[in-house]
Amino acid sequence: MLIETARLRKEYGELVAVQDLDLSVTEGEVFGFLGPNGAGKTTTVKMLLGLVKPSGGLASVLGRPPGTPEAMRRIGFLPEHFRFPPWLTARDFLDMHARLYGMTAEARRERIPALLDRVGLGGRGRSKLGEYSKGMQQRVGLAQALLNRPALVFLDEPTSGLDPVGRYEVREIIRELRGEGVTVFLNSHYLSEVEVTCDRVAIVKGGRLMRVGTLAELTQGANEVEIEARGLDGETLAGLARWGEVTADAETPVGTRKVTLQMTGDDALPQIAAYVVGRGAQLYALTPQRPSLEELFMRVMAEERA
Amino acid sequence: MNVLQIARITFLEARWRKILWAVILLGLAFLLVFSTGFYFMWRDVTRSGLASAVSVLEPVNFFLLAGMYGIAFLGVALALLISVDTLAGEITSGTIQTLVTKPLRRWEVVAGKWLGLAVMLTAFIVLMCAALMGIIWIIGDYVPRNPVPAVLLIVLEGLIVLTLSILGGTRLGSLANGVVVFMLYGLAFIAGWIEQIGALLRNEAAINIGIVVSLLMPSEAMWRRAAYLLQPPAMSAFGMEATPFGASSAPSPLMVAYAAGYVAVMLLLAIRLFTTRDL
Ligand SMILES: Nc1ncnc2c1ncn2[C@@H]1O[C@H](COP(=O)(O)OP(=O)(O)OP(=O)(O)O)[C@@H](O)[C@H]1O
Ligand SMILES: [Mg+2]
Repeated sequence: MLIETARLRKEYGELVAVQDLDLSVTEGEVFGFLGPNGAGKTTTVKMLLGLVKPSGGLASVLGRPPGTPEAMRRIGFLPEHFRFPPWLTARDFLDMHARLYGMTAEARRERIPALLDRVGLGGRGRSKLGEYSKGMQQRVGLAQALLNRPALVFLDEPTSGLDPVGRYEVREIIRELRGEGVTVFLNSHYLSEVEVTCDRVAIVKGGRLMRVGTLAELTQGANEVEIEARGLDGETLAGLARWGEVTADAETPVGTRKVTLQMTGDDALPQIAAYVVGRGAQLYALTPQRPSLEELFMRVMAEERA
Repeated sequence: MNVLQIARITFLEARWRKILWAVILLGLAFLLVFSTGFYFMWRDVTRSGLASAVSVLEPVNFFLLAGMYGIAFLGVALALLISVDTLAGEITSGTIQTLVTKPLRRWEVVAGKWLGLAVMLTAFIVLMCAALMGIIWIIGDYVPRNPVPAVLLIVLEGLIVLTLSILGGTRLGSLANGVVVFMLYGLAFIAGWIEQIGALLRNEAAINIGIVVSLLMPSEAMWRRAAYLLQPPAMSAFGMEATPFGASSAPSPLMVAYAAGYVAVMLLLAIRLFTTRDL
């Protein structure tokens, strides 16, 4: 385990920002940490980096307590909010940080221009950070997080402020990192981004872990199935109830009937098909609907309010 | 090693922010104004024969003390200005998060910043004092007593302010921090005067107020001991020491030791407050 937490907790006075979090991230995976604003994502990352002291619980990162220099040597971090010194050029800024990793002059000469290219700032290394746009600053921050060829990278909303090209590029960088065996801890609320980049996802809300698993695990089950048929009578419809609740029922313009059936798992699909056909209806389509990450997210968000 | 690295960054930052150039140019301007003024006034004083009449009081010393006082004040202002934003500003901007997540310990960040700024401040004060004494020597042919300990005391005065403002920066915003440290300095300044006048009037209460405030903020006391070391012994004999820049009740060497300890304790406290806070 690269990251492991047990009952990790942070309280700000009355407010519980992170509540008894049990998390484990394995080597080489891209781990998406999802949640609405104020869910405790940034606070969690900060605890894992030793920036914020937990109120309780345990955490180990790269097998060490958070924030120890030995662990930080192999960690990269892109903070959520930052305004880098405006009087520095991107090169000087990266050089300064590279020195703090103890990189030699030679290593810095080679690494810094390569990184600037990689984040799409190749031609602008000598401009002052104060003259950079928000997205360009974000890119410098990303370059800064990759200076030491980290084994583990924390990215707190890396695409905030980026244009569509920038977002695409960041996704590509994350993919490349995964290809290199780097573990990525990605904080985000861009679900589509998480959907395409992450191996595993955790959804947090109000400081609590609501779901964790691979995308396939999270989005399987709790399916609904859409049945489109001609000649579905009331009795047949009532008979469907043995597999689940009918939540929608409508005539289509072409004279068929579309019924949505809530169910869990795919196991009953053949039986449903056989039943509908056996009742003498003409089956046009039987479509299991898997929830998208967005639907899952919305469902999780709605859960506690109920 | 990391401490030196941070100190280097701190120094470079002053250069990048053009603070270094501003300080050098203004320092030169100060010396220019001082030497011109001193040159003409000293010419008049020597012509009038006043100088030889009161030669035992070493009238040139008055100019020296005035100049040194100016440098001490500039030193304090510089100490405050270069340090007030150093931690507070980086905490606000979030830059500190990228710094302390590098493979180093938080105490090294505080110690490195302190070291970088302290070296700059010391260089400024020492060079300015040396230049000022050089000007006085060339124009007035005068070398004060105890120049080295006096300069070191002025450096210590600056370091007190510097360390306090680094300490404040670990928990306060830049502006609040600047206000607090400057008010403390002002308080020590006023209390120093109360103590001086109290000493002349032999008023115990006034002297005690001065001492208590000096313990709280020993900056002004360092200047008064420096002035005491610089001024001619005849001053005290004539009871004329309460000029704007001189010293009548000089703080003891014990007070100097206290001030040095004060700097060390405040620095340790700054490290402690910085390492235990959330960023
Ligand atoms: N320094 C602080 N003092 C007090 N409360 C804080 C502090 N930092 C965070 N919080 C609170 O902790 C909770 C979690 O905040 P956090 O920044 O971790 O959320 P987040 O999931 O990163 O949100 P976002 O998506 O908006 O970035 C919020 O309710 C926030 O108000
Ligand atoms: Mg956040």
